[in-house]
Amino acid sequence: MNILLLVISAIFVNNFVLARFLGICPFLGVSKKLSTALGMTGAVMFVMTLASIASWLVYHLLLKPFDLVFLQTISFILIIASMVQLVELALQKLSPPLYRSLGIFLPLITTNCAVLGCAVLVVQNDYSLIQTTVFALAAAVGFGLSLVLFSGIREVLALADTPKSFRGTAIALVTAGILSLSFMGFAGLVK
Amino acid sequence: MLAPTALLTGMGLVSGLGLAVAAKFFAVEVDPRQEQIADILPGANCGGCGLAGCSDFASAVVAGSISPADCPVADDETAQLIAEIMGVTVEAKDPQVAIVLCQGNIDIAAKKYRYNGLASCASASLLGGGDKGCGQGCLGLADCQRVCGFDAVEMTAEGIAKIIPERCTACGQCITACPKDIIKLIPANSEIHVLCSSHEKGAAAKKNCGTFCLGCKKCEKFYGEIPQIKIDSFLALVDYNNPPTNPEVAEVCPADAIVYLPKDKQTGRYV
Repeated sequence: MNILLLVISAIFVNNFVLARFLGICPFLGVSKKLSTALGMTGAVMFVMTLASIASWLVYHLLLKPFDLVFLQTISFILIIASMVQLVELALQKLSPPLYRSLGIFLPLITTNCAVLGCAVLVVQNDYSLIQTTVFALAAAVGFGLSLVLFSGIREVLALADTPKSFRGTAIALVTAGILSLSFMGFAGLVK
Repeated sequence: MLAPTALLTGMGLVSGLGLAVAAKFFAVEVDPRQEQIADILPGANCGGCGLAGCSDFASAVVAGSISPADCPVADDETAQLIAEIMGVTVEAKDPQVAIVLCQGNIDIAAKKYRYNGLASCASASLLGGGDKGCGQGCLGLADCQRVCGFDAVEMTAEGIAKIIPERCTACGQCITACPKDIIKLIPANSEIHVLCSSHEKGAAAKKNCGTFCLGCKKCEKFYGEIPQIKIDSFLALVDYNNPPTNPEVAEVCPADAIVYLPKDKQTGRYV
């Protein structure tokens, strides 16, 4: 039951993008096309889950026993950066079109605050390894959900007759705001 | 002091080694020539070669499915450089430019009706071939200007398109975009042109436009034995394989369809 609550909380109530302001950069950057958004979701899901698990292991097996907790940030960043590098290598080989369409936003996962935020939150909330895995996966699903919803709206929006002063980034940000507003409806579902 | 250093070094080593193994496993082999070629290409991604962009062209050249000279935008020097990288030879091609074969501007061209729709030649031409009385007239709604990646199309104040030859790279985008099919590629050094595309008979053409070719054959006769301008169904066509040189032919034309546009021999620009 606890796990289910964790999942619902991470996907809907405390959605990383729409409720916590984390990972806004790819949310706006790669949401023009649904297929690219799905690719990005996959990449973030992979990095977020593995990085959180690795961070948890490093924190609880190395940093804490040796009293090196002050190295938390730099060691987490090291882990995330190498995960991203791995994803980049794999994507370049396995799916060159996706690699090209993600462009700069793929290496930018390194500095994606959603990924680091997830790793830090896991440690802060004192989750167990199983909880960590579930939370990271659910957070990534929540990130993907908002990204996919948003890109679906933007695809339709691209065909709409938007007033000139709203075109481009402006209407994207307005849309993101309204989407966030609708997610506020989940507030209070889980404490 | 020792413990944090050792920890970070250890973590760096482990992830570094892991990545090194992954890099081996996921290695993508790219022909180094592909990058070299992509670097010297114009990089406009205009699609004039028929491929998706310059990097696509580079990989096609490396794969041998397209000739280094097939980039319509690159000059001879670039084509030679690409050929050198590939270790092949290419023949130099004469530089070409596009030209709009119409001078029926709003002052002299009659209109069939008042077009009030979307400002696009493609859309206007769907309605009875456009508002111009002449079926082969420039509609002046700038479809060619919009597709040009090199800013080489100018819309004159009189409402027809004009190509700026210094900027034109002969990529052919405007030719595809023009629904009236009145833009042609010609050798860049030719100076005499028949700026009309109407195959109508004289009287019919005259009704629609102030400058037209009526097919009187005066220009054909002007050149004598081997005519450098030939009439084909009431329209004079310049033989660009053997381009006319004597500018006096322009004065022979009774309807001002033949135009002499002199060019500077050194720069190739219109004087």
